[in-house]
Amino acid sequence: MYRWDFSPVIANGDLLLAGLANTLALTGVALAGGIPVGLALALARLSGSRFLSAPAGVVIEVFRTTPPLVQLFWFYFGLPIVLKVEMTPYLAAALTFTIQSGAFFAEIFRAGIVSVDRGQREAARAIGMTEAQAMRRIVLPQAVKRMFPAMMERSIELMKTTTLVATVSYADLLYQANELAQKTFRPLEVFTAAALMYLVTISLVSAIAALVERRMAVSGEMAR
Amino acid sequence: MSYRWDFAPVLDNWQALAFGAIGTVRLFLVCLVLGLSLGLVVALMRRSRHGVLRWLAIGFIELFRNTPVLVQILWFYFALPMLVPVEISPFGAAILGISLNSAAYSAEIYRAGIQSIEPGQWEAARAIGMTGLQVLRRIVLPQALRRVLPALTNRGIEIFKMTTLASVVAYVELLQQGKLVASLNFNPLEVYTVIGALFFLLLYPLVRATYALERRLARSD
Amino acid sequence: MTGPLLRIEGLGKRFGDRSVFAGVDLEVARGDRIAIIGASGSGKSTLLRCINVLEHADQGRVILGGEPVGEEVRRGERTETRYSEAALVRLRQRVGMVFQQFNLFPHMTVLGNVMEGLVTVKGMGRDAAARQALAELARVGLADKAEAYPAHLSGGQKQRVAIARALAMEPEILLFDEPTSALDPALVGEVLDAIQALAAEGRTMLLVTHEIGFAYHMATRVLFLAEGGIYEQGTPDEVLKNPRRPLTQAFIAGHRRFSF
Repeated sequence: MYRWDFSPVIANGDLLLAGLANTLALTGVALAGGIPVGLALALARLSGSRFLSAPAGVVIEVFRTTPPLVQLFWFYFGLPIVLKVEMTPYLAAALTFTIQSGAFFAEIFRAGIVSVDRGQREAARAIGMTEAQAMRRIVLPQAVKRMFPAMMERSIELMKTTTLVATVSYADLLYQANELAQKTFRPLEVFTAAALMYLVTISLVSAIAALVERRMAVSGEMAR
Repeated sequence: MSYRWDFAPVLDNWQALAFGAIGTVRLFLVCLVLGLSLGLVVALMRRSRHGVLRWLAIGFIELFRNTPVLVQILWFYFALPMLVPVEISPFGAAILGISLNSAAYSAEIYRAGIQSIEPGQWEAARAIGMTGLQVLRRIVLPQALRRVLPALTNRGIEIFKMTTLASVVAYVELLQQGKLVASLNFNPLEVYTVIGALFFLLLYPLVRATYALERRLARSD
Repeated sequence: MTGPLLRIEGLGKRFGDRSVFAGVDLEVARGDRIAIIGASGSGKSTLLRCINVLEHADQGRVILGGEPVGEEVRRGERTETRYSEAALVRLRQRVGMVFQQFNLFPHMTVLGNVMEGLVTVKGMGRDAAARQALAELARVGLADKAEAYPAHLSGGQKQRVAIARALAMEPEILLFDEPTSALDPALVGEVLDAIQALAAEGRTMLLVTHEIGFAYHMATRVLFLAEGGIYEQGTPDEVLKNPRRPLTQAFIAGHRRFSF
């Protein structure tokens, strides 16, 4: 019978916490970049112009269809060769996940925008708003409310996907856990602890998202 | 000065890549079958009247959905052998991680599908004397499965993409072989471009098929 | 200014290979109240929507206050009309529209709905916009609902808010696109009263409607649309009481229930 011993994990808890902080930071950066990228891609996709919508479509489909780990390797090992720049694990990860989550966010934005009744845009145009004003003031605020659950889900997926950066030696939670497991010869405890840290963090984010959703559902403006 | 792409060394190593591709497809098929069928079992447990079964299912779903699949694979590879006296191969760890993760996700898909069937269907089948199991098998599941087919296809695509994670425990699949080729020829740009393109070419038809399924379903419902 | 407020010349619209109407000419003078009637599918709403360019006409042009709307560009054999964003914004401030489905903005309060155009389009300050919006709401009898969200209003109240929203922009012409068709019969009256009050002020308006009785009392002129164009037009007495052409007669006969 195996005797569990978490004391080496607890003694090195600060390493894991530092890893978690890096995981959250990377998720935050990718979100901050991915949401505007996604909105831009969605607007390009929906614009009448083929010169905008075709390239946006390619970016969206390629980044949604290929494995994120291949994307990360491409950005980390491949891109520096073309651009002749120094690539750090952090930069490669931030780039990959910004564009990748942007591609997913684009489809969420697009579906949200399309779901807003055509009459809303027409009413906005009929009182003299420009296309951009109608989008910003009337369509997007309604679309964003509907998209919120899908956005939260995607953000949580993104946080889980950030574990891939451990493979290019960025010190996220998983990477720290792997290091610690080798150092302490206690892989069971270390990986279990790391899994629990992910579980708690992600469950917490899910719970907060569910709470906000309920709040939005009861606020008067959403009643139909 | 612009970079001169050279795909020749990649093509010269096509056998290594093909070998990897076989590993990818093998892992994909095993995880697809295990993940989607186990998911149905978990979904049915989730609806069970027995509290223990129901809570087991809920715990399983939450645990596997709320932790990263890469952590799961590494846990099965490095941590599990400490608990049970068996050797776990990279293939085994990848199968466990990806299949169980996919089971948790597909359980939620099945559940949504079953829930979307109107109560009238249950009542009508009950009214002609069917047992609960018969109603499920003959009436509810056929309709529910049809509705969730696009979501399941999507899940299948995700599983295919997830197989690359097995490279982290050095299972021989496409990306793992790519790493090898790239390190031998110092040409990561070309190798990873080719591998990305291969995945895209393999998966994009499936993506299109999912769109088509979604459209057809939207029309018929 | 000489000439009519609004002139439509040879307007034509097709959806795919189906022509909705063609060669429609119309002059609207200040103070005209024109009711547009016809069977469903006769292009009444489309005609209205071509006037404020929510729908792009395929032929002909719309001239507002002596200025053509949009810019005609020759393209090989045919001319097509291009509309700059600025031209559309100007046009729509001068031509207000009330929709069948109200199209209130559900994420804004009633007051917010009426203020929106004043703030976003006219660039008015929020306080001044709120004051004017409240005045418009008072005019349609809904000042007490200013803080409510549209979801909490009845259909009739929603449509009155939509009228206030259009009025706030101080348009020279008001377009009503079947404003009572989406309402419960019991709620039609309050909306018609609000429109009647605007008529009494001498506003210029075009009204697509199925309420023949209301059209008779309110309109200065009635257009009957059929066979891809204006089939018959004249005073309410001419068109609604003594139609001369067979399709108009059949249409009016089908609406015998209305009381003059």
